[in-house]
Amino acid sequence: MDQVSHVTKAESRNLNFYYSNGAHALKGINMPLYENKITALIGPSGCGKSTFLRCFNRMHDLYPGNRYDGQIVMHPDNTNILADGVDPIEVRMRISMVFQKPNPFPKSIYENVAYGLRVRGGKNKKVIDDKVEQALRGAALWDEVKDRLNDLAFNLSGGQQQRLCIARALATDPEIMLFDEPTSALDPIATASIEELMTELRNKLTILVVTHNMQQAARVSDYTAYMYLGDLVEFSKTDDIFIKPKDKRTEDYITGRIG
Amino acid sequence: MMIAPAITPASELTISPRLAKNVRRNFTERVIEFILMLAALSAVATTFAIVAILLYESLGFFKTVSVWEFFTAKEWTPLFEDAHYGIAPLVAGTLTTSAIALLVAVPIGTIAAIYMSEFASYKTREIVKPILELLVGVPTVVFGYFALLFVTPLLQKVIPDLQGFNMLGAGIVMGIMIVPYIASVAEDAMRAVPMNMREGSYAMGATRFQTAIRVVTPAAISGIVAAYILAISRAVGETMVVAVAAGQQPNLTFNPMESAATITAYIVQVAMGDLPHGSIGYQSIFAAGLVLMVMTLSFNIIGHIVRKKYREQY
Repeated sequence: MDQVSHVTKAESRNLNFYYSNGAHALKGINMPLYENKITALIGPSGCGKSTFLRCFNRMHDLYPGNRYDGQIVMHPDNTNILADGVDPIEVRMRISMVFQKPNPFPKSIYENVAYGLRVRGGKNKKVIDDKVEQALRGAALWDEVKDRLNDLAFNLSGGQQQRLCIARALATDPEIMLFDEPTSALDPIATASIEELMTELRNKLTILVVTHNMQQAARVSDYTAYMYLGDLVEFSKTDDIFIKPKDKRTEDYITGRIG
Repeated sequence: MMIAPAITPASELTISPRLAKNVRRNFTERVIEFILMLAALSAVATTFAIVAILLYESLGFFKTVSVWEFFTAKEWTPLFEDAHYGIAPLVAGTLTTSAIALLVAVPIGTIAAIYMSEFASYKTREIVKPILELLVGVPTVVFGYFALLFVTPLLQKVIPDLQGFNMLGAGIVMGIMIVPYIASVAEDAMRAVPMNMREGSYAMGATRFQTAIRVVTPAAISGIVAAYILAISRAVGETMVVAVAAGQQPNLTFNPMESAATITAYIVQVAMGDLPHGSIGYQSIFAAGLVLMVMTLSFNIIGHIVRKKYREQY
């Protein structure tokens, strides 16, 4: 893979983040997200990787007192999604998110997937039907649920619920999908299916994934960023970072000496 | 007597002195358990005692008055020369005032709960919630006179032929009185919805309002229904507001403009007079009380079933 073929989908520019209690959680992060690639964020607990991920869909706006400083620029339109004038709801319509714990809504399987379309004002039943099917197929769930779309989503298994959440995020055709430790609540078989799904989704969109599991980062990602105490220590191709890390701290982490 | 085996003297045990201590500890545990059980039993025993007395006195009542007459007669005049014993007017009064109260309390209480749980900032909630809960502390008789002397005259300006005592004014005020119950219980239920479910909704690009209505409310529905059931029981059992403001004439009507007596209003009216113990008027209180209890009990059972059906599963 040569560097030239990589289109930058988004990049953070000197991004600082402060929680309402004054904690300086991100310290001047500069990092690109390449289009149709999976970028993994690894690092010990509390290093700021989830905080960084949640900047991309302005999740921190939900809690008063949090403050961003710096930019996250989305391409090709060159919008700084952290700018004051940008509506976080618009950002979330372009960048969707899958959470650590499957969090389906107290609705049917169908309505869970249709949710994003409905909040965007979608009314046409035919269009929504098609989108729901597409999204469920995209999340490799269609065959398992096509006969019981009106069942409550809570009746699905944990792995199915997580794939439902992916389908829900897919239904609105996002440009970037954020995964916040998507498999940490799942068993190994469900984890494998989610990982496989992520590598397939790469063809359609750009993925940023936070993971606690270094093997997972090595398995699924194209690029890996190692974060430590709010700093981005090292960012490079996954193969490089795992075989010949440049920074001593990265090496210590991936060889299991810290973290 | 169940305790007896536990106090075997330690000297009879062949094992070790350390275990002798265990025997004493077991004994203390049993005693404590027994005391705790007594406390729990006192509530249960009281309930059973109430039911027993209601049934016993009602039995005396139904020796004089046939059950058929009780449920079909259209007049309730147990204290008159020409006595009639039809419970229907009292039930009609109770249902009408309760329905009006719920029409007021359910929408306002639910909206207040949604506002406090999903929209109000921390500071606002800390101010608004205690004020709302202050309403609970106002004695109900005050609400009664508020209905009679303030709300009814106000309503009469809009509806000129409204009677001085009427179910509309009483029902509305009773509804206002119940709002904090619904708001408080429903708000607790909504706040108990895990944050990650809200975040899931926001992450899909939903607004606050969409999240509140489409995700948080259905997730909290069982608690919200519980709030409604509590409100129904409160409304059906409420006494002073209706006794003061709705009039005390048993009147078989569902027209909120008219005056009527509820079951509770009748009970308080009769219980405050001086009826000889064992007279038919005295016994009629218990028959009316029994009906009231069956009504609230059935609402509670319905509520329980509904809650089970819509139990949260997150």
